[in-house]
Amino acid sequence: MGDTWSIGTHTFTSRLLVGTGKFPDFPTMQKAHLASGAEVVTVAVRRLDLSAKGEASLLEWIPRHMTLLPNTAACFTADEAIRTARLGRELGMGDLVKLEVIGDPRTLFPDVVGLVEAARVLVKEGFTVLPYTNDDPVTARRLEDAGCAAIMPLGAPIGSGLGIRNPYNLRIIMEAAKVPVLVDAGVGTASDAAIALELGAVAVLMNTAIAGARDPVLMAAAMRDAVAAGRQAFLAGRIPMKLHAAASSPMSGLIGS
Amino acid sequence: MAIQVRLNGEVRELPEGLTVEALLAHLGVKAARVAVEVNETVVTKDRYATHRLGAGDSIEIVAFVGGG
Repeated sequence: MGDTWSIGTHTFTSRLLVGTGKFPDFPTMQKAHLASGAEVVTVAVRRLDLSAKGEASLLEWIPRHMTLLPNTAACFTADEAIRTARLGRELGMGDLVKLEVIGDPRTLFPDVVGLVEAARVLVKEGFTVLPYTNDDPVTARRLEDAGCAAIMPLGAPIGSGLGIRNPYNLRIIMEAAKVPVLVDAGVGTASDAAIALELGAVAVLMNTAIAGARDPVLMAAAMRDAVAAGRQAFLAGRIPMKLHAAASSPMSGLIGS
Repeated sequence: MAIQVRLNGEVRELPEGLTVEALLAHLGVKAARVAVEVNETVVTKDRYATHRLGAGDSIEIVAFVGGG
Protein backbone atom coordinates (compact mmCIF):
# COMPACT_ATOMS: atom_id res chain seq x y z
CA MET A 1 0.00 0.00 0.00
CA GLY A 2 1.58 3.28 -1.11
CA ASP A 3 0.87 6.78 0.12
CA THR A 4 -2.81 7.02 -0.80
CA TRP A 5 -5.73 9.08 0.42
CA SER A 6 -9.45 8.41 0.42
CA ILE A 7 -12.68 10.27 0.15
CA GLY A 8 -15.90 8.34 0.71
CA THR A 9 -15.42 5.07 -1.17
CA HIS A 10 -12.79 6.54 -3.52
CA THR A 11 -9.03 6.06 -3.03
CA PHE A 12 -6.43 8.09 -4.91
CA THR A 13 -2.65 8.23 -5.24
CA SER A 14 -2.24 11.64 -6.85
CA ARG A 15 -2.70 14.60 -4.53
CA LEU A 16 -3.38 17.04 -7.33
CA LEU A 17 -6.94 17.67 -8.55
CA VAL A 18 -7.36 19.67 -11.72
CA GLY A 19 -10.06 21.64 -13.52
CA THR A 20 -11.33 21.82 -17.09
CA GLY A 21 -12.09 25.55 -17.38
CA LYS A 22 -10.24 28.27 -19.27
CA PHE A 23 -7.86 26.05 -21.28
CA PRO A 24 -6.97 27.47 -24.71
CA ASP A 25 -8.35 24.31 -26.39
CA PHE A 26 -9.30 20.70 -25.62
CA PRO A 27 -6.08 19.06 -26.95
CA THR A 28 -3.96 21.30 -24.66
CA MET A 29 -6.26 20.48 -21.75
CA GLN A 30 -5.88 16.77 -22.36
CA LYS A 31 -2.08 16.99 -22.53
CA ALA A 32 -2.04 19.05 -19.33
CA HIS A 33 -4.28 16.56 -17.55
CA LEU A 34 -1.97 13.70 -18.49
CA ALA A 35 1.14 15.70 -17.49
CA SER A 36 -0.43 16.56 -14.12
CA GLY A 37 -0.82 12.93 -13.08
CA ALA A 38 -4.13 13.96 -11.52
CA GLU A 39 -6.85 11.35 -11.01
CA VAL A 40 -9.72 13.72 -10.25
CA VAL A 41 -11.01 16.40 -12.60
CA THR A 42 -13.67 19.03 -11.95
CA VAL A 43 -16.43 19.88 -14.43
CA ALA A 44 -19.26 22.42 -14.37
CA VAL A 45 -22.95 21.88 -15.19
CA ARG A 46 -24.55 24.34 -17.58
CA ARG A 47 -27.55 24.68 -19.89
CA LEU A 48 -26.93 22.96 -23.20
CA ASP A 49 -26.67 25.41 -26.08
CA LEU A 50 -29.57 24.12 -28.15
CA SER A 51 -28.53 26.12 -31.20
CA ALA A 52 -24.98 24.69 -31.31
CA LYS A 53 -25.38 21.21 -32.78
CA GLY A 54 -22.54 18.70 -33.02
CA GLU A 55 -20.18 20.72 -30.85
CA ALA A 56 -17.18 18.84 -29.44
CA SER A 57 -18.01 17.32 -26.09
CA LEU A 58 -15.75 18.10 -23.15
CA LEU A 59 -16.04 14.53 -21.90
CA GLU A 60 -14.38 13.09 -25.00
CA TRP A 61 -11.21 14.99 -24.07
CA ILE A 62 -11.00 13.88 -20.45
CA PRO A 63 -8.73 10.84 -20.02
CA ARG A 64 -10.89 7.82 -19.14
CA HIS A 65 -9.03 6.89 -15.98
CA MET A 66 -9.93 10.21 -14.37
CA THR A 67 -12.77 10.52 -11.84
CA LEU A 68 -15.25 13.32 -12.56
CA LEU A 69 -15.98 15.81 -9.81
CA PRO A 70 -18.98 17.93 -10.87
CA ASN A 71 -19.11 21.34 -9.22
CA THR A 72 -21.92 23.75 -8.39
CA ALA A 73 -19.92 26.80 -9.42
CA ALA A 74 -21.76 30.11 -9.78
CA CYS A 75 -24.69 28.94 -7.65
CA PHE A 76 -25.68 31.75 -5.31
CA THR A 77 -28.26 29.91 -3.23
CA ALA A 78 -28.39 26.55 -1.48
CA ASP A 79 -31.39 25.61 -3.62
CA GLU A 80 -29.56 26.27 -6.92
CA ALA A 81 -26.53 24.34 -5.68
CA ILE A 82 -28.68 21.37 -4.63
CA ARG A 83 -30.45 21.24 -8.02
CA THR A 84 -27.14 21.57 -9.87
CA ALA A 85 -25.58 18.79 -7.78
CA ARG A 86 -28.52 16.48 -8.61
CA LEU A 87 -28.14 17.23 -12.33
CA GLY A 88 -24.39 16.65 -12.08
CA ARG A 89 -24.98 13.26 -10.49
CA GLU A 90 -27.40 12.36 -13.28
CA LEU A 91 -24.80 13.41 -15.86
CA GLY A 92 -21.78 11.79 -14.29
CA MET A 93 -23.34 8.81 -12.55
CA GLY A 94 -21.07 9.42 -9.56
CA ASP A 95 -21.70 10.45 -5.97
CA LEU A 96 -19.00 13.12 -5.74
CA VAL A 97 -19.84 16.82 -5.75
CA LYS A 98 -17.67 19.88 -5.26
CA LEU A 99 -20.20 22.03 -3.46
CA GLU A 100 -20.00 25.76 -4.02
CA VAL A 101 -22.51 28.30 -2.77
CA ILE A 102 -21.14 31.70 -3.69
CA GLY A 103 -21.96 34.73 -1.60
CA ASP A 104 -20.33 37.58 -3.49
CA PRO A 105 -19.67 37.97 -7.23
CA ARG A 106 -16.50 40.06 -6.93
CA THR A 107 -14.54 37.88 -4.53
CA LEU A 108 -16.45 34.63 -5.15
CA PHE A 109 -16.20 34.03 -1.42
CA PRO A 110 -18.56 31.31 -0.21
CA ASP A 111 -21.90 31.96 1.45
CA VAL A 112 -21.12 29.72 4.38
CA VAL A 113 -24.69 29.68 5.71
CA GLY A 114 -26.05 28.46 2.36
CA LEU A 115 -23.11 26.09 2.04
CA VAL A 116 -23.81 24.28 5.31
CA GLU A 117 -27.54 24.16 4.49
CA ALA A 118 -26.90 22.65 1.02
CA ALA A 119 -24.33 20.22 2.45
CA ARG A 120 -26.86 18.83 4.95
CA VAL A 121 -29.42 18.15 2.21
CA LEU A 122 -26.94 16.57 -0.21
CA VAL A 123 -25.33 14.35 2.44
CA LYS A 124 -28.82 13.00 3.26
CA GLU A 125 -29.29 12.25 -0.43
CA GLY A 126 -26.16 10.10 -0.47
CA PHE A 127 -23.74 12.54 -2.05
CA THR A 128 -20.06 12.52 -1.13
CA VAL A 129 -19.79 16.26 -0.51
CA LEU A 130 -16.56 18.23 -0.92
CA PRO A 131 -17.40 21.81 0.07
CA TYR A 132 -15.41 24.80 -1.18
CA THR A 133 -15.22 27.02 1.88
CA ASN A 134 -13.48 29.91 3.57
CA ASP A 135 -10.33 29.35 5.61
CA ASP A 136 -12.50 29.57 8.73
CA PRO A 137 -12.06 26.78 11.28
CA VAL A 138 -15.57 27.19 12.71
CA THR A 139 -17.24 26.84 9.31
CA ALA A 140 -15.00 23.83 8.65
CA ARG A 141 -16.34 22.21 11.82
CA ARG A 142 -19.94 22.94 10.82
CA LEU A 143 -19.34 21.33 7.43
CA GLU A 144 -17.77 18.28 9.04
CA ASP A 145 -20.72 18.03 11.44
CA ALA A 146 -23.05 18.23 8.43
CA GLY A 147 -21.43 15.03 7.15
CA CYS A 148 -19.13 16.36 4.45
CA ALA A 149 -16.52 13.84 3.27
CA ALA A 150 -13.80 16.48 3.09
CA ILE A 151 -13.23 20.17 3.74
CA MET A 152 -11.84 22.36 0.96
CA PRO A 153 -10.78 25.76 2.32
CA LEU A 154 -9.50 28.32 -0.15
CA GLY A 155 -5.87 29.41 -0.23
CA ALA A 156 -6.95 32.71 -1.81
CA PRO A 157 -9.89 33.84 -4.00
CA ILE A 158 -10.71 31.65 -7.02
CA GLY A 159 -8.47 32.43 -9.98
CA SER A 160 -6.52 35.08 -8.05
CA GLY A 161 -3.18 33.27 -8.01
CA LEU A 162 -2.39 34.92 -4.67
CA GLY A 163 -1.19 31.66 -3.12
CA ILE A 164 -1.73 30.52 0.47
CA ARG A 165 -2.79 33.71 2.26
CA ASN A 166 -3.49 32.27 5.70
CA PRO A 167 -1.40 29.19 6.41
CA TYR A 168 -2.16 29.47 10.13
CA ASN A 169 -5.92 29.12 9.69
CA LEU A 170 -5.37 26.21 7.33
CA ARG A 171 -3.22 24.51 9.97
CA ILE A 172 -5.92 25.05 12.60
CA ILE A 173 -8.50 23.53 10.25
CA MET A 174 -6.25 20.54 9.52
CA GLU A 175 -5.44 20.04 13.19
CA ALA A 176 -9.13 19.77 14.10
CA ALA A 177 -10.61 17.99 11.07
CA LYS A 178 -11.21 14.26 11.08
CA VAL A 179 -11.96 14.31 7.34
CA PRO A 180 -9.40 15.09 4.60
CA VAL A 181 -8.60 18.79 4.11
CA LEU A 182 -7.87 19.87 0.55
CA VAL A 183 -6.73 23.35 -0.40
CA ASP A 184 -8.98 24.58 -3.19
CA ALA A 185 -8.37 27.82 -5.10
CA GLY A 186 -5.77 30.54 -4.97
CA VAL A 187 -2.72 28.63 -6.18
CA GLY A 188 -0.65 30.71 -8.59
CA THR A 189 2.50 28.71 -9.12
CA ALA A 190 4.29 25.52 -8.09
CA SER A 191 5.60 26.77 -4.73
CA ASP A 192 2.03 27.56 -3.61
CA ALA A 193 1.03 23.95 -4.25
CA ALA A 194 4.08 22.70 -2.37
CA ILE A 195 3.21 24.93 0.60
CA ALA A 196 -0.32 23.53 0.74
CA LEU A 197 1.01 19.99 0.99
CA GLU A 198 3.80 20.99 3.42
CA LEU A 199 1.14 22.40 5.74
CA GLY A 200 -0.51 18.98 5.77
CA ALA A 201 -3.23 19.34 3.18
CA VAL A 202 -4.22 15.94 1.86
CA ALA A 203 -4.38 17.34 -1.68
CA VAL A 204 -4.71 20.55 -3.64
CA LEU A 205 -7.27 21.49 -6.29
CA MET A 206 -6.48 24.02 -9.00
CA ASN A 207 -7.68 25.14 -12.40
CA THR A 208 -6.53 28.61 -13.47
CA ALA A 209 -2.91 28.18 -12.32
CA ILE A 210 -2.53 25.45 -14.96
CA ALA A 211 -5.05 26.50 -17.61
CA GLY A 212 -3.97 30.15 -17.55
CA ALA A 213 -0.20 29.54 -17.59
CA ARG A 214 1.67 30.47 -20.76
CA ASP A 215 2.46 26.76 -21.19
CA PRO A 216 -0.33 24.82 -19.42
CA VAL A 217 1.25 21.40 -20.09
CA LEU A 218 4.60 22.40 -18.58
CA MET A 219 2.86 24.04 -15.60
CA ALA A 220 0.83 20.86 -15.06
CA ALA A 221 4.08 18.89 -14.83
CA ALA A 222 5.51 21.50 -12.43
CA MET A 223 2.40 21.18 -10.23
CA ARG A 224 2.69 17.39 -10.23
CA ASP A 225 6.29 17.64 -8.97
CA ALA A 226 5.51 20.43 -6.48
CA VAL A 227 2.66 18.44 -4.93
CA ALA A 228 4.91 15.37 -4.66
CA ALA A 229 7.73 17.44 -3.12
CA GLY A 230 5.39 19.17 -0.67
CA ARG A 231 3.95 15.86 0.44
CA GLN A 232 7.41 14.34 0.95
CA ALA A 233 8.52 17.38 2.97
CA PHE A 234 5.40 17.07 5.14
CA LEU A 235 6.10 13.39 5.78
CA ALA A 236 9.80 14.07 6.39
CA GLY A 237 8.99 16.67 9.08
CA ARG A 238 10.48 20.10 8.64
CA ILE A 239 12.87 21.70 11.17
CA PRO A 240 11.42 24.32 13.49
CA MET A 241 11.96 27.96 12.52
CA LYS A 242 14.48 29.81 14.70
CA LEU A 243 15.30 33.49 14.87
CA HIS A 244 19.09 33.04 15.10
CA ALA A 245 21.66 30.89 13.32
CA ALA A 246 22.49 27.33 14.26
CA ALA A 247 25.81 26.37 12.69
CA SER A 248 25.94 23.37 10.39
CA SER A 249 29.75 23.05 10.68
CA PRO A 250 31.60 22.45 13.99
CA MET A 251 32.53 25.67 15.80
CA SER A 252 35.59 23.94 17.38
CA GLY A 253 38.85 22.66 15.84
CA LEU A 254 39.36 25.74 13.73
CA ILE A 255 42.93 26.29 12.50
CA GLY A 256 44.99 28.92 14.25
CA SER A 257 42.96 28.64 17.47
CA MET B 1 -52.39 21.05 -30.43
CA ALA B 2 -49.28 22.85 -29.27
CA ILE B 3 -48.33 23.63 -25.71
CA GLN B 4 -46.12 26.35 -24.32
CA VAL B 5 -43.17 25.44 -22.12
CA ARG B 6 -40.07 27.16 -20.83
CA LEU B 7 -36.99 25.40 -22.23
CA ASN B 8 -33.59 26.47 -20.87
CA GLY B 9 -35.12 29.79 -19.94
CA GLU B 10 -36.85 30.48 -23.26
CA VAL B 11 -40.54 30.15 -24.04
CA ARG B 12 -41.07 27.50 -26.74
CA GLU B 13 -44.02 25.79 -28.40
CA LEU B 14 -43.97 22.00 -28.41
CA PRO B 15 -46.40 19.40 -29.73
CA GLU B 16 -48.75 18.17 -27.01
CA GLY B 17 -47.98 14.87 -25.26
CA LEU B 18 -44.28 14.80 -26.06
CA THR B 19 -42.15 12.58 -23.82
CA VAL B 20 -38.70 13.68 -22.67
CA GLU B 21 -37.25 11.10 -25.05
CA ALA B 22 -39.23 12.57 -27.96
CA LEU B 23 -38.23 16.11 -26.99
CA LEU B 24 -34.52 15.22 -27.08
CA ALA B 25 -34.99 13.54 -30.47
CA HIS B 26 -36.98 16.59 -31.67
CA LEU B 27 -34.05 18.84 -30.61
CA GLY B 28 -31.41 16.50 -32.03
CA VAL B 29 -29.77 16.08 -28.63
CA LYS B 30 -27.93 12.89 -27.66
CA ALA B 31 -29.58 11.63 -24.47
CA ALA B 32 -26.36 10.12 -23.12
CA ARG B 33 -24.67 13.54 -22.92
CA VAL B 34 -27.33 15.48 -21.05
CA ALA B 35 -29.36 15.58 -17.88
CA VAL B 36 -32.93 16.82 -17.79
CA GLU B 37 -34.87 18.61 -15.08
CA VAL B 38 -38.61 19.30 -15.31
CA ASN B 39 -40.13 21.73 -12.81
CA GLU B 40 -37.00 21.62 -10.65
CA THR B 41 -36.97 17.81 -10.40
CA VAL B 42 -34.47 15.61 -12.24
CA VAL B 43 -36.01 13.20 -14.74
CA THR B 44 -33.74 10.15 -14.66
CA LYS B 45 -32.83 8.45 -17.94
CA ASP B 46 -35.00 5.41 -17.20
CA ARG B 47 -38.06 7.72 -17.25
CA TYR B 48 -37.31 9.57 -20.50
CA ALA B 49 -39.64 7.30 -22.48
CA THR B 50 -42.57 7.65 -20.09
CA HIS B 51 -42.38 11.19 -18.67
CA ARG B 52 -44.76 13.37 -20.69
CA LEU B 53 -44.36 17.14 -20.84
CA GLY B 54 -47.30 19.38 -20.06
CA ALA B 55 -48.28 23.00 -20.70
CA GLY B 56 -46.30 25.44 -18.56
CA ASP B 57 -43.54 22.98 -17.71
CA SER B 58 -40.14 24.46 -16.99
CA ILE B 59 -37.50 22.26 -18.61
CA GLU B 60 -33.74 22.43 -18.17
CA ILE B 61 -31.39 20.43 -20.39
CA VAL B 62 -27.82 20.57 -19.13
CA ALA B 63 -24.40 19.14 -19.97
CA PHE B 64 -20.89 19.20 -18.54
CA VAL B 65 -18.73 22.15 -19.52
CA GLY B 66 -15.25 23.19 -18.46
CA GLY B 67 -14.96 24.43 -14.89
CA GLY B 68 -12.82 24.41 -11.80
